[in-house]
Parts: sequence; structure tokens; C-alpha cells
Amino acid sequence: MTDADADADTTTTLAPDPAFPIRVRGLRNAFGGQVVHDRLDLDVRRGEILGVVGGSGTGKSVLMRSIIGLQVPEAGTIDVLGQSITAARDDRDIAIRSRWGVLFQGGALFSTLTVAQNVEVPLREFHPDIGDDLLAEIARYKVRMTGLPMSAGARFPAQLSGGMRKRAGLARALALDPELLFLDEPTAGLDPIGAAAFDQLILGLQATLGLTVFLITHDLDTLYEICDRVAVLADHRVIAVGTIPELLALDHPWIDEYFKGPRGRAAQSARRKGG
Amino acid sequence: MTQSADFSLIPGETGDTLVLHGPLTVATMGALDPQLRAITTPLAWIDLADVGEIDTVGAWVCVRMARDSGAQIIHPRETAVRLIAALQQTDSQTVAAEPIVLPWWHRALGHLGDRVIGMAVGALSVLGFVGQMIVAAGGLLRHPSRFRYRALVHQMELVGVDALMIVGLMSFLVGIVIAQQGAVQLRQFGAEVYTVNLVGRLTLRELGILMTAIMVAGRSGSAFAAQLGTMKLTEEVDAMRTIGVAPMEALVLPRVLATVIMLPLLGVYSAIMGIIGGAVLGQASLGIPFITFLTRIREVVPTHDIWVGLVKGPVFGLIVALAGCYQGMQVKTDAEEVGTRTTAAVVMAIFTVIVLDAVFAVLFSEVGWG
Repeated sequence: MTDADADADTTTTLAPDPAFPIRVRGLRNAFGGQVVHDRLDLDVRRGEILGVVGGSGTGKSVLMRSIIGLQVPEAGTIDVLGQSITAARDDRDIAIRSRWGVLFQGGALFSTLTVAQNVEVPLREFHPDIGDDLLAEIARYKVRMTGLPMSAGARFPAQLSGGMRKRAGLARALALDPELLFLDEPTAGLDPIGAAAFDQLILGLQATLGLTVFLITHDLDTLYEICDRVAVLADHRVIAVGTIPELLALDHPWIDEYFKGPRGRAAQSARRKGG
Repeated sequence: MTQSADFSLIPGETGDTLVLHGPLTVATMGALDPQLRAITTPLAWIDLADVGEIDTVGAWVCVRMARDSGAQIIHPRETAVRLIAALQQTDSQTVAAEPIVLPWWHRALGHLGDRVIGMAVGALSVLGFVGQMIVAAGGLLRHPSRFRYRALVHQMELVGVDALMIVGLMSFLVGIVIAQQGAVQLRQFGAEVYTVNLVGRLTLRELGILMTAIMVAGRSGSAFAAQLGTMKLTEEVDAMRTIGVAPMEALVLPRVLATVIMLPLLGVYSAIMGIIGGAVLGQASLGIPFITFLTRIREVVPTHDIWVGLVKGPVFGLIVALAGCYQGMQVKTDAEEVGTRTTAAVVMAIFTVIVLDAVFAVLFSEVGWG
């Protein structure tokens, strides 16, 4: 991206800062009369795994959808990788779609395509010059990298278990070697062993590929295990961002209840025993 | 915006050195990969010193070339080291499991066999479905209080009342066409007045009910298949079962019964609209007054023609509704299957209706209702 491009929409773009691939300022989202976000600010640092938590209905998914341009906010600016999402006028303006990957809650795999074909879809879309041989090889190693057996590539999503579907969804999200990865409750619906394995998978891939991860979760184990920082959504805003000890030091009643409740304590003690 | 990647070959004693330049990313490898595949000389080294940005696609190609040619990767930068290590690990775990591709005649025969077996299994499962429905109907006869009258009335509205407009318009127009075409031919014998017989008998015996059945198959049969198919996909049908509601009773029977009741009614309505269409044309271009046309109908159409139409109505209704519900309940896997099953429901319904219509034609002429 050249400077001239950046200058074109300086009115709505924040000063681009490579250290913060995602910057949200003054975000406001409302459905009908119900306000979800109001004057919400958030910065995501490069190379971190940011966990996003909040009670039901605090708009975690809406925040993610706003950042990736699926939800047009009422007000506010969102910059991703130095480009404004909010100033883009339609889908085609958002050229950075190839630089992020999204794993939706249910996997959202295309049900009529095999897992390997699902991985190939974004590659074909963005890089039509890649030959069929290389395409098949890429799909194969992406499937393997997410810990699926080779045979999974030829299967249809309906033939996979819930955990395998999530891994397949992750393989598709990583198809274009994105810099940003958005995960919406990746461990929801998985058994504890599967969830722990998925946590480790994300951690491993993040280290290998140098990803910045925006992770929505309710899983306290995931928060303790892999998140560098945690953002807490409440009262239509991000009320705090920091490591878990930093958050606990704030003495906010909701945060205390969240992390110091029975489930929080269990996850914490497991963390201490583990390492 | 993106630079392109390039390579050069430096000959050496034990083999060539492949020097890669520029960014090796998903954006550049599409162009570079075919050229690299075309290299036939033996490689000893793959030099990554001049490589800028690298991602897993670029690293994968390096790993693959190193594996295939036995070359060593030298001078990788930090990112490259990390990615290559990860991919080599993935690659070593990869047991080559190439899908076996059978010769075409083998596949063609296999496909044919699958189809034949599929048809046999399909015929059996249709029979099974009819059986289930009869059992469910029997259960309802013993416990009539369980019957879902609301669902029945709702379906009757959807199948019958909502179709009045389109069926009426279609029949009216077809009536006009028959009268007009019939009159042109009959005029050659000076028998124009027989147009009344043609329109009256044809609509009441055949066309009214047949066109209605086809229209209902397209409107309601397809809707049944799509509704039930989607409910199967979202596990609503399973949820009903666990609550103790039999899907046959709650979903299938009201739809089937509604269609069985509404199709004969729609058929008669369609025939009447057809006759009105014919009469309008008679008035406009044949010089037969509207009222005279209708009076003639009473004289020339035998009563059994009405019975022929009325007997066929419920049978066609049963076929259309059964095809829709059966195909809908067979959906198991994905959204595409809902589409194919819906198509199959309409095709199955219309085909069976036309075949049965021919059977009825022979049957009725045998019993003297010709």
C-alpha cells in the first residue's frame, strides 16, 4: 500500500500504526432502539492473542462482525491493517479480505464441497493463477496443519464431527496465510480434551505463522491458557483490556465475578498446577 | 503492488544451486510454481538468502522441491526456518493416500449399478412410507382427539384457497384455447356447434383435474418437500420425535389429507373456469350466446364425466402430497439435497399423475363411461 492510497481517506482513517493491526474508535452499533455498542474503543496489538469476553448480549459477535465488515456500524471508525473498514462503500472496497481469516461458530463450511475444496475456495477466488497441482498440495498441507487426518480432505462437512468441522473451518480460514485470525467461540461445543487440543493448535499456529488472533470465547481455560490479553465488554464498551492479573487488580464487580466465580477459580488452579 | 518472485540456476559439481529471489507468498507462487516444476536438472542446494517475505505456500514449495530432489535448503531467514520446520513435520506425517481412480467404463458401470439399486431401494422405501402413513392414520382413527385439525385447515388454505387465483386463470385461458382451436377444426365439417361438447367433456373429464394436479404438484408438492427437508436438516423432526409427537401425524397426514380434499374441489373449479373460458370465446367469435353455451353443456355432457373427474381428484391429490412429503422426509445431509429432493418430488408427482391418468382412461372406457 502506498502513501497516496492512505491519504485518500485520511478523513476517517487513524494514523496507521503497524503495531496495531486493528484499531476501533467510537464504535456505535444499535438494532432498533437497542444499543449494543456506544463509544467503544479497542486496539489489538500485532502478534498477540486477544481474548474478548462479556456477558451474553454484550455484542462480542457484533464487534467481530463490525471489524470484518459484515455489520455496518452507526458511527465510529474501524481500521484494519491500516485500511478503513468503515469508509469502504461496498464489499469490493475491502481488499484486505485476503489478509484475514475468520472461523465462524459453527464452522460455516460450504456443505456441498469437500473439506479440501472448502480450503481451495479462497485460494481460487484471490489467486486464480495458482495451478491445480499446487492448489491440491496447499489444501492437503493446510488440512494436515490443523491436525486433521489426510482422509478428512476428501470428506464432506456433514461426514465430520463437530471438532473436526472446527478444524476444517480453521484450515479454510488459514487458506490465504492471513495476518489476522478471527475466532468466534472456537472451543464451544467441544469436549474438554478436544478444547484443550484446539487451544494448543491455535497457540502453535499463532507462533508458527506469526498471527494476530482476535478470539471471542467463554472458555476460561482458553483465556488462561493462550490469551496474551483479555478485553472485557460491558456497558456497551470495552471496560478493560489487559492480562488477567491486571484485570483482577481493577476490582470491577463483573470481572471479579467472571474470573473469581467457581468456574474461574477452577480454571485458575488448573493453570497453577499445569505450569 | 506485489513484486513477483523469480529464480536462477547456478551449475555446480554435485548438482545445480537453485537461487530464489523476491517474495515467496501465495500471491507470487501461482506464477512461479509451474516454472519450478519444469526444472529437470538435479538440484543440490536451494538458496533462500535473497528471499524476502515468505509464507506457508512458499515454504511448502521449497519443502516439496527439497524432498523430491534431495536438495538441501540453505540460508533460510528466521521466518523461513520456522515455517519450513512446521511444514516438514506436517509432510512427514503425511502418508501418501492418493485416491484410486478407476477406468471410465468401470465408473460408468458402477454408476449404473448404483442407480438401479437406488431405484429398487427407492421403490421399497416409498412403500414403507405409505405403510407408515397408513399405520399413523389407523392410530388417529382410534384416537381421533389427537388429530390436528388446525394444521389440516391451515394446509387446506395453502393448498386450495391460495391456489384459486392461479388455477382459475390458467383454466380460463386453456378453455379459450380449446374452444378456439376446436372451432377452427370443426368448422371444416360445419360442426362448429360441437365445440360445446369438446370444451365441456374435455375440461370435466381430463384437463381440469390434470392441470390442477400439475399446478398443485408445482405449488404445494414442492413446498412440502422443501419444508420437511429443511425441518429434517435443522433436526426439528428429531426434536418432535423426542417430545413424543409423531412427525407422520403432525406433519405428513395433515398435508396429505388437505391435498386429497382440496384437489377434487380445485379440479371441479378448474373445469368450471375452463367452460366459462370456452363460453366467453363462443360469445365473442363463434356467435354462440354465453347462456346458450352453458345450457348446451347441460345437454351434451353426461353426468358420469363429472364422476370421472371427481374419482381421479383424490387419487392425484394423494400422489402429489405423498411424493412431496416422502422426498422431504428423505433429506439427510445438506442444503443441496433439499433442492434435488424438491425437484424429484415434483417430477415424481407429475409423472405418476400422467401415468395414472392413462390407466384411468382405459379403465373408465372399459366400464362404459367413455
